[in-house]
Amino acid sequence: MSITEDQARKVAHLARIAVDDAALPALARELSGILDFMEQLNEVDVDGVDPMTGVTPMRLKRREDVVTAGGVPEQVLSNAPDAREGFFAVPKVVE
Amino acid sequence: MTDVNKLTIAAARDAMRKGEVTAVELTDACLAAIEGAGALNAFVHHTPDMARDMARAADARIAAGDATAMTGIPVGIKDVFCVKGVPSQAGSRILQGFTPEYESTVTRNLWDAGAVMLGKLNQDEFAMGSTNETSCYGPAINPWRGADGTQLTPGGSSGGSAAAVAADLCLGATGTDTGGSIRQPAAFTGTVGLKPTYGRVSRWGVIAYASSLDQAGPMTRTVRDAAIMLGAMASADPQDSTCVDLPVPDFEAALTGDIRGKRIGIPREYRVDNMPAELDALWRKGADMLRDAGAEIVDISLPHTKYALPAYYVIAPAEASSNLARYDGVRYGHRAKLSQGDGITEMYEKTRAQGFGPEVQRRIMIGTYVLSAGFYDAYYNRARKVRALIKRDFDQAFDAGIDAILAPAAPSAAFPLGSVDKGDPVQMYLNDVFTVTLNLAGLPGISVPVGQDAQGLPVGLQLFGRPFEEAELLNQALVLEQAAGFVAKPDRWW
Repeated sequence: MSITEDQARKVAHLARIAVDDAALPALARELSGILDFMEQLNEVDVDGVDPMTGVTPMRLKRREDVVTAGGVPEQVLSNAPDAREGFFAVPKVVE
Repeated sequence: MTDVNKLTIAAARDAMRKGEVTAVELTDACLAAIEGAGALNAFVHHTPDMARDMARAADARIAAGDATAMTGIPVGIKDVFCVKGVPSQAGSRILQGFTPEYESTVTRNLWDAGAVMLGKLNQDEFAMGSTNETSCYGPAINPWRGADGTQLTPGGSSGGSAAAVAADLCLGATGTDTGGSIRQPAAFTGTVGLKPTYGRVSRWGVIAYASSLDQAGPMTRTVRDAAIMLGAMASADPQDSTCVDLPVPDFEAALTGDIRGKRIGIPREYRVDNMPAELDALWRKGADMLRDAGAEIVDISLPHTKYALPAYYVIAPAEASSNLARYDGVRYGHRAKLSQGDGITEMYEKTRAQGFGPEVQRRIMIGTYVLSAGFYDAYYNRARKVRALIKRDFDQAFDAGIDAILAPAAPSAAFPLGSVDKGDPVQMYLNDVFTVTLNLAGLPGISVPVGQDAQGLPVGLQLFGRPFEEAELLNQALVLEQAAGFVAKPDRWW
């Protein structure tokens, strides 16, 4: 499977990672190399096999649907690059 | 006592109880060793004040007769664990300046047991790498050097942990293992690395790479120390819904050294093409050691082994692309400086381009690709089906009466830093050929140093055990350790 520069640009955007146009050919080549390596999986007969979702045969734990933590806005915001008036601040989203 | 930083955890515990050494003395010896080992680049955040406070508290606890086996034991913590108030950035620039407001369950358990925090240890960025070279701090250096003095990788991703334990900077260290990140660095440094069964140790507060594969474990100088430290790290934990509600056994008490009648499988698919002859010879020697101790050696087949690497390099990046979506410059860590007119999309894209290193970007993009519409079935679902078959291989071996499996830990001994072709990521991935199967199947595994290659570098073998039977696995590893009698240490050059 070969990845084109356009596909590399699209996947970079989906991943929200800025990539210079000049870097796209190398990126496309690397991604193609990795996908080629994965092609081996097509040799395996997987008919009737369910995709594995977890390795431990246990039911996911349940708990009471109650608040167990919270009320610590200062701690939540303490690492924010930009926090104002008890909120995370980001560039304008709506025009 | 002198050079107390070189003690094993078990010996230090016994000496503290007899009053021959104090936790403060042990801690000071480790802090001095760390101070003198800057060249190894193993410790990347230092917490000497915290260490001395904790050591004094440990001494008081020992005096009061309220000590656990880990009380007063100075340890290093891989950067991936959140420690409250201490920088925790998983080797990534994108978490620069992040100091957690909460404590990971593993470190909480260690501090509750009385262990002493020396600092944070170097690692590959977000645990993605096998050489420590993807770290934002620059690579940790292996205390073992090549014959001509070449600097070698300590392996990865827990390379700082392995280097610190091998160089006697701490008595034990935490690691995490998503595809071999505890076992391969242990093998490269002549130390012991245990990856527990998935679900044995809580993942709460461990910065996530691939959540269905990640598992934390101890890295130590001996098997006994691994047993002691795992006992302190493991717990049931309501904060991690995949952490099992099983009692934590006394792993050390299970170390009887008796493995008579155990059936040890030798998987023929692990005898890969171009395996170095000395590695093959060592593997056979390891099997002989277990046979001499009364185990039965059985040739077994794990037919889907060959497909573990490609399956892993679909599943792990897929989970990583989802897990690492949280690094967006909003809640913590780095945010890019924006230009006039930049909106929120530019903020995300620039922040992530600046904050993530090349290998992490690559894995996020591969993961994004294999999860994207039109490719999900062809790649991600197919890989998860192959994963089910890999686990079935192990289930069938265990159902047939196999108690443990013996395999090499890595395809070679430690190699020079900078020797893996950066333009060919697949070349680095091949390093994980013997280790990823275990993560895909969720099984416990332990790497034990068994010998040295022609250059004098340590070589390890690994044992795989049945799910949640770490106690039995550790006992088998003890037999291997005792028979191998590996005592070599790197000459101090740093």
